Amino acid sequence: MEASLEIPKGGFSFDLCKRNAWLESQANYGSSSIIKKAKKTGTTIAGIIFKDGVVLGADTRATSGPIVADKNCEKIHYLAPNIFCCGAGTSADCENVTEMMASNLTLHRLNTGRECRVITAVTMLSQYLFRYQGYISAALVVGGVDSTGPSLYTIHPHGSVDQLPFVTMGSGSLAAMAVFEAGYQEGLERQPGIDLVRAAIQSGIDNDLGSGSNVDITVITPEGVQRFRNLDKAEPKYKSKNPLFYPKGTTKYYDEIISKVAIIEGDAMEQ
Amino acid sequence: MKTKPVAEPSTRTQQPIVTGTGVLGIKYNGGVMLACDTLGSYGSLARFRTVKRLEKVGDFTVVGASGDLSDFQKISSMLREMSTSDSAYDDGCNMTPRDIHQYLGRVMYNRRNKFDPLWNELVVAGFRDGKPFLGAVDLIGTMYEDDIIATSFGNYVCLPLMRKAGTNLSKEEAKQVMENCLRVLYYRNTKSSTKIQIATVSAEGVEIGEPFEISTYWGYSAFQHTEYHGKRL
Repeated sequence: MEASLEIPKGGFSFDLCKRNAWLESQANYGSSSIIKKAKKTGTTIAGIIFKDGVVLGADTRATSGPIVADKNCEKIHYLAPNIFCCGAGTSADCENVTEMMASNLTLHRLNTGRECRVITAVTMLSQYLFRYQGYISAALVVGGVDSTGPSLYTIHPHGSVDQLPFVTMGSGSLAAMAVFEAGYQEGLERQPGIDLVRAAIQSGIDNDLGSGSNVDITVITPEGVQRFRNLDKAEPKYKSKNPLFYPKGTTKYYDEIISKVAIIEGDAMEQ
Repeated sequence: MKTKPVAEPSTRTQQPIVTGTGVLGIKYNGGVMLACDTLGSYGSLARFRTVKRLEKVGDFTVVGASGDLSDFQKISSMLREMSTSDSAYDDGCNMTPRDIHQYLGRVMYNRRNKFDPLWNELVVAGFRDGKPFLGAVDLIGTMYEDDIIATSFGNYVCLPLMRKAGTNLSKEEAKQVMENCLRVLYYRNTKSSTKIQIATVSAEGVEIGEPFEISTYWGYSAFQHTEYHGKRL
């Protein structure tokens, strides 16, 4: 019987490269394009470490090119009871990688009889993504609380890891990071922490076209996890200065000619 | 059989060489404020540490530039020439900030049509007869007017913060917003520096401040970690 945890064979796995190269060559034949546009989460995801734990935030828009594919998707994924993961990049990649890791972490928990550490999830994810050399387009923000305290990591699609007190990823990452750089302090209380992440995600939603809709928040503390789905609903904040209604008299006129229009019976062409 | 080498077509400006990064502009209560850093980058080398990228034009306007600095020097001399001939007319009429914005827009667009652009993103700020003006022109001739403007990298990092701050600010508050935005720009932009310059245009006229250094904060306890493998020092 196979070991319950799938231990990968050594070295890189390039099984699908040949197939991908063939698919790419097919795309050049214009109309019958085999390659479908991957549903990407043009995204704003963010996380901070506050006094007692971690706050993770994400927008809820999934895009397929210029089209909004899902107005209200969930980007904060479950990894373990004490570890959650936000995902940016290709939706399928994020979904499947996090689900697979969640399964592996459950098995790990059962094998060891202990609560998972965040670093375990991060190491497993980064080694997995590195094996695929960036072809799995999943940019992740992993946050959680374990026996060593709260921690927050980012993992890029190629497998590099950063451990930081505040992080953002996705197309709206710069807008969100701007809010963090301006507003982050050490040892934030719970509500100010949540408000800061909300403001950062909102900044991404307002200023990045790939992000939009609602704000999801997840708060992880030693006591447990609180998930706020759609904490902030979509609301257009920018109101155009140009009036949509032009009152009578907006256009100045200098002369007024009123003519009576006569209705003649019969075919007008005969006249 | 050797084929004759085909002559390369004549080419014009294809890439900026010495560049300045983002310029920020915001309207506040009583005027308009522009801010930028004073770095002239030579690719990835921080070459020229004190470059004045904000220039006074006439008595009512300031023009700020990001992008190729030699092209901005050309634009500056064009604006000076225009300003001189304007006052030489001596007809009691001077160009308004909006006229300067329009002039730059036409110049940039015409150059783009000749495939020889002046590789800049310009910000025009002015205050005349109690009316503030803030607009931008880019290398392809796009003309845009708004209460809050940013160029280059500032669009991604500073514009969200300036939009949050809004335009209902006093002069001191606006200066604080500009400083904070340029600090965040320095944190997140590789081509930025901490030496910045702020210019204001108001009823009192044009005031371009001297360059000064802004502070940065690196004291987070989390930055003390040297390894990420769960070890805490």
